[in-house]
Amino acid sequence: MDREIVKKVAHLARLELSESELNAITNKLTLVLQHFEAISQVNTEGVIPLVTPVDIEYRFREDVVEGDISVDEVMQNAPSRQGNLFKVPPVI
Amino acid sequence: MSYQDYECVIGLEIHAQLKTQSKMFSADSTQFEAADNAHTSIVSVGMPGALPTPNRLGVELAIKTGLALGCTIRERSVFARKNYFYPDLPKGYQISQYDEPLCENGRVIYLLDGAKKEVRIVRAHLEEDAGKSVHIGDASLINFNRSGIPLLEVVSAPDMRSPREAAQYAKSLRQILRYIGVCDGNLEEGSMRCDCNISVRKKGETRLGTKVEIKNINSFRFVEKALEYEFERQVTLLHSGQAIVQETRLWDPDKNRTFSMRIKEDADDYRYFPDPDLLPLVVSSSYIEGLKKQLPELPLERFERFQKQYGLPSYDAEILTEEKEIADYFERAVVVCGNPKAVSNWMMTDLMRLLNDQKLDINQCPISSESLGELVQLIDSGTISGKIGKTLINEMWDTGRRPKQIVEEKGLVQISDEKVIEGIIDAVLKDHSHAVAEYRSGKTKSFGFLVGQIMKACKGQANPQKVNELLKKKLES
Amino acid sequence: MLDTGTTLSDVIRLIKERVVKVSEVTQFYLERATRLNPSINAFITVNDAVLDQAQKMDDQLPNQEQWEKQPLWGVPLGIKDMFCTKGLRTTAASRMLAQFVPPYDATVVSRLKQAGALILGKLNQDEFAMGSSTETSYFGQCRNPWHLEYVPGGSSGGSAAAVAASMCPAALGTDTGGSIRQPAHFCGIVGIKPTYGRVSRFGIVAFASSLDQAGPMTKTVEDAARILEVISGLDIKDQTTSSEKVPSWSNNLNPNVRGLRVGVLQEFMDKSSLNIDVARALEEVEAFLRKEGASLVPISLPLVKHGVSVYYLIASSEASSNLARYDGVRYGHRAQFDHFSGVTLERFYSRNRSEGFGAEVKSRIMLGTYCLSAGYYDAYYKKASQVRRLLRDDFLKAFQQCDVILSPVSTTPAFRLGERLHDPLQMYLNDICTVSVNLAGLCGISVPVTLSSQGLPIGVQFIGKPFDEQSLFNCGFALEKAFAFYRRFKNELPRL
Repeated sequence: MDREIVKKVAHLARLELSESELNAITNKLTLVLQHFEAISQVNTEGVIPLVTPVDIEYRFREDVVEGDISVDEVMQNAPSRQGNLFKVPPVI
Repeated sequence: MSYQDYECVIGLEIHAQLKTQSKMFSADSTQFEAADNAHTSIVSVGMPGALPTPNRLGVELAIKTGLALGCTIRERSVFARKNYFYPDLPKGYQISQYDEPLCENGRVIYLLDGAKKEVRIVRAHLEEDAGKSVHIGDASLINFNRSGIPLLEVVSAPDMRSPREAAQYAKSLRQILRYIGVCDGNLEEGSMRCDCNISVRKKGETRLGTKVEIKNINSFRFVEKALEYEFERQVTLLHSGQAIVQETRLWDPDKNRTFSMRIKEDADDYRYFPDPDLLPLVVSSSYIEGLKKQLPELPLERFERFQKQYGLPSYDAEILTEEKEIADYFERAVVVCGNPKAVSNWMMTDLMRLLNDQKLDINQCPISSESLGELVQLIDSGTISGKIGKTLINEMWDTGRRPKQIVEEKGLVQISDEKVIEGIIDAVLKDHSHAVAEYRSGKTKSFGFLVGQIMKACKGQANPQKVNELLKKKLES
Repeated sequence: MLDTGTTLSDVIRLIKERVVKVSEVTQFYLERATRLNPSINAFITVNDAVLDQAQKMDDQLPNQEQWEKQPLWGVPLGIKDMFCTKGLRTTAASRMLAQFVPPYDATVVSRLKQAGALILGKLNQDEFAMGSSTETSYFGQCRNPWHLEYVPGGSSGGSAAAVAASMCPAALGTDTGGSIRQPAHFCGIVGIKPTYGRVSRFGIVAFASSLDQAGPMTKTVEDAARILEVISGLDIKDQTTSSEKVPSWSNNLNPNVRGLRVGVLQEFMDKSSLNIDVARALEEVEAFLRKEGASLVPISLPLVKHGVSVYYLIASSEASSNLARYDGVRYGHRAQFDHFSGVTLERFYSRNRSEGFGAEVKSRIMLGTYCLSAGYYDAYYKKASQVRRLLRDDFLKAFQQCDVILSPVSTTPAFRLGERLHDPLQMYLNDICTVSVNLAGLCGISVPVTLSSQGLPIGVQFIGKPFDEQSLFNCGFALEKAFAFYRRFKNELPRL
């Protein structure tokens, strides 16, 4: 774990880190990852990764249109809008 | 420099919108026409705490497609999150499938200049669409009506060697999707979108060249044009000793060229991982078998059967099997009259013209398949003449009534009684003695004139064969 | 009638018997919440409308049949600020959502409302539930009512503190790696993390989807059972909820532990790594259980020592993706831009997010993003998910030899404010006894038993098989009868 990797990751995560944040996070991640490294000793050959830890029966939703919130409710927390559209910096 | 020395290698990724009423992971509508952000929900705008619920029909249509493309259907597939930031992507990730897609290893066989061509399908996976952004001056505006619409991404192998082949493949895939009723194939409304991967190499070379992706093309014509442009661009670069840059480009239909999208170096670190909000999708083999049984005959099989079973020329068979509904119409009409060639002729000429003029599709046709079959039957049985048939079909179109009904009411029944016909002939010959004389002096052209006069006199109702026969007899006696 | 010893079940009984009015109950807790909040900071938002709502209920007491459908009628509850509440600000204790007013209720919130409960307010927590001390809240640290210089635990620290200080009769928390059980232990209350899939996550701000569960935090076991049976059960809006039947836990409470096989998790019982008071409390509990006829079975699960690593790798990975939606486009914090021209999308995102998230959240997002990124996925996220399966299978195997497992909740009682803020590893290791329960999808309860030499509460944890919450409630009920910790609220905490 070095500063360059941390910078790259910050970019991927869309976080802008100050110099001191960058240092702090680099140190912190180095420290915890060193500790977490220990799991590499566990033999996991052929083990299927576990995501949902409990057996749950598969359920579909039927293809029926139903509304939940109104357009006004969709828009009510918008930091910036034009009519019922969300406004952001130019995407191109 | 000669383009003939080079060949291109093309693979397509086609996104097809599955025909559902509600979205893939939420219950808001997929309808095309809607006010801004009117077709959204807690889930499709990615509110805090929103959770996806999978649409049964979406999965079903995806499996059907996989089966129609000869794919293996995974009994356990996984929805994964594809993480990237973009304003039209409400959750900061797209639910898609990654290393365990629903459908794999299929093929599309289609006709190219009468020959069969096969393109392998690497995979077909379910995913959700993003929203849309509109650019206005110094800002963009985001609409999430499309967000969450179910898409099936069909990824082909790099099996195509020309832009035309690629466009034809895309058309054939669209035809199959429409046949099995999973996608309306409406390109203007964005129901199908195409990403093209193209690389160029010297003929005889077996290694692949550097791949360029052209994204988001929404017409088959543009697929062909964009690939043609790209082929020439890349050959020109190679020829002048320059390298091809691996990049994503966009097609500009106004300027007829592709242009580079500025791409960040990390753009494809999507950090896929299984979506913990969704259980692995498990479908039983019996369920898959059940869906297989629901599949209709596919276009290519039907095309071949039409030639074999009905003795149709390949041109007719191709047109009549272009859409499932047309082929169904044809077969229903044939059941009524038992004369496939005649039904084919009526459909390919009069019916198609009428439909085209009014911009209707076959489902909206005012003449039912049974009526058309009846029309052919009336002609074949000699009840009406073919000529009357031509007038009759227009009347059937205008009124939507059955041909038998119209024939009875208007007394259009063909005159086959020789005595009646002879009477008409005699009267005409009497009125046109000059023409009779001409004929007898060797000017056989007058024969046609006299037939015309006779048909006119009987309002086209006389059996034309008999008219010919009797007229000849009279003139030569 | 109402005092610091009043439990949720007391409140229900008093209303039902018309001893107190709904508005009097609400008034009592509202007054305490308002008066104590400056020192404890358990509430982020108090529901202004709650007294009006309560007054409207005063004259419409339900009949017997309605009571069964509305078992929480007239009870004002505190809700951790992770639950979306329609029309009531929901912040996740983050600047990112400081102004966010949800247009909908989380499923558990609407179930509580349907059961007749009122929402008294929204409770403090660690930002996005990332923390074990409620010190990472954008709205300021929360304090432990037993000792204001100590943390209440976290991340549901506001919920634990509010219940302990009788600012509300009961509260909802969420638990991703111990966030209900550890603060319950620190504040001397009961907290249960139900089996994964028991309670709907719909409408709960997601931290780590495969680990998050909501649960009640209360003064007594019966109180916890009463709330859990209201909020549990299948929700068609959450595919990961189970259709498992929801029993009437509160009616089936049984303090008799005779014949019960209690596994004692050796890896967590190492006296050298336990605080002396915590170790003593555990010994007392073991002795009690033995005396009551339970059999104690030593259980060894070597993989639990990797629990914290596996937990932080998986939780942070999921969180990095779950928190990607906070971008300032549709809601949430947006940085000041004079105008958009020249603002790249990248800068737009980075500024919104960097200003909106606090330091701990940022570092977890960084950790998770790193673990999922190309080249590291296999070594971190995937490896952790594989170890997770082994750990889960080991737990299920252990449950062939025992009915429940006894362990500490944490190695220590509450620690001092700020004590571990600059020692991230120590802060993370604090969760060692609780995270495995989430990883394995099991249920776990924290039950208070005694006070430490410094006067800080100490609880113990019981871990149960999937969907066997009843055994946890029963064990807790047995301890509650024997140790009667809840009495201390009446006798030792009125000083607040």
